[in-house]
Amino acid sequence: MSPDAAPLLELVDLARHFPVRSPFGRRVGWLRAVDGVSLQVRPGETLGLVGESGCGKSTLGKTVMGIYTPSAGEIRFAGREIGRLPARARRAVAKNLQYVYQDPGASLDPRWKIRPLLHEPLLIHSTLTRAERDREVAAILAAVGLPDAHLDLYPHELSGGQQRRVGLARILTLRPRLVILDEPTSGLDVSVQASVLKLFRSLQETFALTYVFISHDLSVVRAMCASIAVMYLGKIVEYGPTTRVFEAPRHPYTQSLLAAVPRIGGRRVTEDFALEGEPPNPRDIPSGCRFRTRCPLVQARCAEEEPALRPVDGRAVACHFA
Amino acid sequence: MAELLAVRGLRVDFATDRGPAQVLDGINLDIAAGEVVGLVGESGCGKTTLARAILGILPEGAARIRGGEVRFRGIDLLTQDPATVNDHVRGRAITFIPQDPFSSFSPLFPVGTQIMDLMKWKSPRAREQARPASLFGRYPRARRRADREAVLETLRAVQIPEPARALGRLPHEFSGGQRQRLMIAMALLPEPHLIIADEPTTALDVTIQAQILRLLRALVKERGVSVLFTTHDLGTAHELCDRVVVMYAGQEMEAAPTDAFFGRPAHPYTRKLLASVPGPDGEIRDIPGEVPSLVTPPAGCRFHPRCDHATAECRVERPAPRMLAEGHGVRCHHPVDAPAGADA
Amino acid sequence: MKTAWFVVARLARDRSALIGLVLIALLVLAALLAPLLSTHPDDVFELHPSERLRAPSAAHWLGTDRMGADIYSRLLFGARITILIGLIAVGASLIIGVPIGLVAGYHHGWASDALMRVSDIFLAVPQVVLAIAIAQTLGPSLPNVILALSVTYWPWFARVVYAETRALQKEAFVESTAALGASPWRLTVLHVLPNIASPIIVRASIGMGFTILTAAALGFLGLGPPPPTPEWGRTIAESREFLPDAWWYAAAPGLAIFLTVMGFNLLGDGLRDVLDPRLRRSPARDG
Repeated sequence: MSPDAAPLLELVDLARHFPVRSPFGRRVGWLRAVDGVSLQVRPGETLGLVGESGCGKSTLGKTVMGIYTPSAGEIRFAGREIGRLPARARRAVAKNLQYVYQDPGASLDPRWKIRPLLHEPLLIHSTLTRAERDREVAAILAAVGLPDAHLDLYPHELSGGQQRRVGLARILTLRPRLVILDEPTSGLDVSVQASVLKLFRSLQETFALTYVFISHDLSVVRAMCASIAVMYLGKIVEYGPTTRVFEAPRHPYTQSLLAAVPRIGGRRVTEDFALEGEPPNPRDIPSGCRFRTRCPLVQARCAEEEPALRPVDGRAVACHFA
Repeated sequence: MAELLAVRGLRVDFATDRGPAQVLDGINLDIAAGEVVGLVGESGCGKTTLARAILGILPEGAARIRGGEVRFRGIDLLTQDPATVNDHVRGRAITFIPQDPFSSFSPLFPVGTQIMDLMKWKSPRAREQARPASLFGRYPRARRRADREAVLETLRAVQIPEPARALGRLPHEFSGGQRQRLMIAMALLPEPHLIIADEPTTALDVTIQAQILRLLRALVKERGVSVLFTTHDLGTAHELCDRVVVMYAGQEMEAAPTDAFFGRPAHPYTRKLLASVPGPDGEIRDIPGEVPSLVTPPAGCRFHPRCDHATAECRVERPAPRMLAEGHGVRCHHPVDAPAGADA
Repeated sequence: MKTAWFVVARLARDRSALIGLVLIALLVLAALLAPLLSTHPDDVFELHPSERLRAPSAAHWLGTDRMGADIYSRLLFGARITILIGLIAVGASLIIGVPIGLVAGYHHGWASDALMRVSDIFLAVPQVVLAIAIAQTLGPSLPNVILALSVTYWPWFARVVYAETRALQKEAFVESTAALGASPWRLTVLHVLPNIASPIIVRASIGMGFTILTAAALGFLGLGPPPPTPEWGRTIAESREFLPDAWWYAAAPGLAIFLTVMGFNLLGDGLRDVLDPRLRRSPARDG
């Protein structure tokens, strides 16, 4: 991966708004889930997208994936704008750009056996013969560490972990270039989480994948991602190399976020934890800087002028006072 | 110091369509007065079942207590008359904070009504009443006023803004973090000796979780209440607890003060568990193998199929509890002596 | 085939479903083997006026009608008509209603709203009344009865399919298969349809009972197939002027209709219990 390589995925001011309707169906406002996000992902990279609930990271993932259409802005994949393609062309993009749900096992049709489930992506996107597809499927199955015998079973006859691997295998048959992972380890036990993360790593190597890793778990993101973007209420507040952001966070929200993560061994972090209050309702975003209602550095300027992302100390920060 | 809660040899089976699952296999657990004890373990280890068994709210048809005792303030709760336990222990001497703040309130009634209902039955001032409160019993006005004062004061203590107005609101008007604060308040109001908190911050964002943990720890220390805190998140156990107990497949493996637990873990499972937490170095270590079935569990120490140090003894006989140091107990035939991280 | 056997085996455990299954089996047997089982197979067409209105006896197990024909034999042949009407009417409703429901369920917009409103209009009118109107307009005959019934029953299928399709759209596997690039056609036919097969089957079974009842009503009103077709409803109509003396004349077809409809309803209920929870959802994993 060379640092000068053209970005595989580029978002330019991407926005996705949802209408808020009164009980009578009239639109009374907008829920600005993603409100102007720009970032770049280089081939082979792993970008972590972190934030708490309501920050828009999941909506961002789904909008890039085409599950939602963008309200504004552009999505450029391998140089080509894909946010506004007609349906059939957009479906063809799925060959190279894929999305893994939090529970990949749930993405399996319970009435289909594993073999047809794994053949299906190839049927949709390629013209391989039956024998060629069998070969591909066998290769993928081996890559995710599952035995051939599973091909004749139904999803519910496999364990949760095995279902997860089948869900991943299904996506990998397409040999995508970029995979969006949406909270892949949320709710998992820590040892199971470790197995899953190891699997992601080995798959990345085997298939030369680029990942966008969406998670609220900072320690996981730190272990897996070389770059990180922190989101708050629909916008990115800090964006740069993971080591830099973790060692010396510049945005007040990032600082609070990192300060809130319990650290095993050492002082109790919560004793000093200072961030008060809760995030504002995403239907009612504060003017100017969104974080100003909870920010310890807040001043008059913050209510009037929304800070733009600007480079500071090797990463980008959206704060007037970073 | 006399133990507030002492569980000895507790065995619980659950009925499944493949036969009885031995969910708890002779658990020993101690909680001293004013102590915050963390019960950690992964899914299926039995921590929630243990919490429920102590509270006495195991599902009646499915669960069966096969043996052991649960001594609370010297009296074995399992041998007591269930009605007495219900009136005087559950919800009064031992209270409960559930995991999911979004379904712990009835959506139909204002929060104040639900809290005052609790006070009608379980208020500390009701202890003086000769007859316990009944459905149609009197709720004397003087006591009601005193209770309401206590409620408002506790709501202030858990940092709910405008407590008087909050009482009139419906549950859906509160955020998850606020609802959890309300649950903490409700757990504190009966002035209990022990609070059992079942993964209370799992569903919350990390910044809200930090606020809640801080609040909970401050309040229980201030009031001298013991807490049994179950979680699968080791970080939160480190934040909140004085002592940590780890369980695996229905057996408790190690119990130690927090520093010793995280700094000098002696049980191989504890060491592996701690090693699998993603560290800043980016190295990821998992535990080979899978959690055993509780219907046909391994004999002896249930971790032996996945343990690097297992010997013939481990496969046959469950290790007896052994004290390694002050307050640091372990159930292992081959406890490790080195500090954490020396081997992974 | 293995699934079918599995279903039957499970059904057999539920007593009322078993009763339903037995009744329907008897109906089918009666229809198939009518020439063999009947005592007077020619009585469908032949008349024996000298033997009219005889009470049930050893020679005529259920008595004779006003033309002297053996009621038992006519009943057996009537079973053929009953099943024919039921199958074709329900089959046609299915073929019309299921695609409409699928299309309406898949799309979100005025087109799907329009389709559902049309189906609502049909549902708002009682099926019997509508069927009467149609049959009356077109004239009494077997094809017209079937037409009238099909036209009035399809909205039930459309509604069930619409609701189930909408519910299924929220399922993770539908969304993820769409994200994989599957076309709406593939999604609907290969993924949605198999997963909503159970409610459709249940609705079809109950529909058979309902349709047969309505067909009998039409026959009773004289709007069904003309004589000498041994249709059950018409037989009851014929019996009216001879009641209460020739009670067997109405009781036999009445009982036949009752048992048939009840059989289909019990079967449908049993199928609902067997098909939905068991086969639809995977068993919960251990916690």
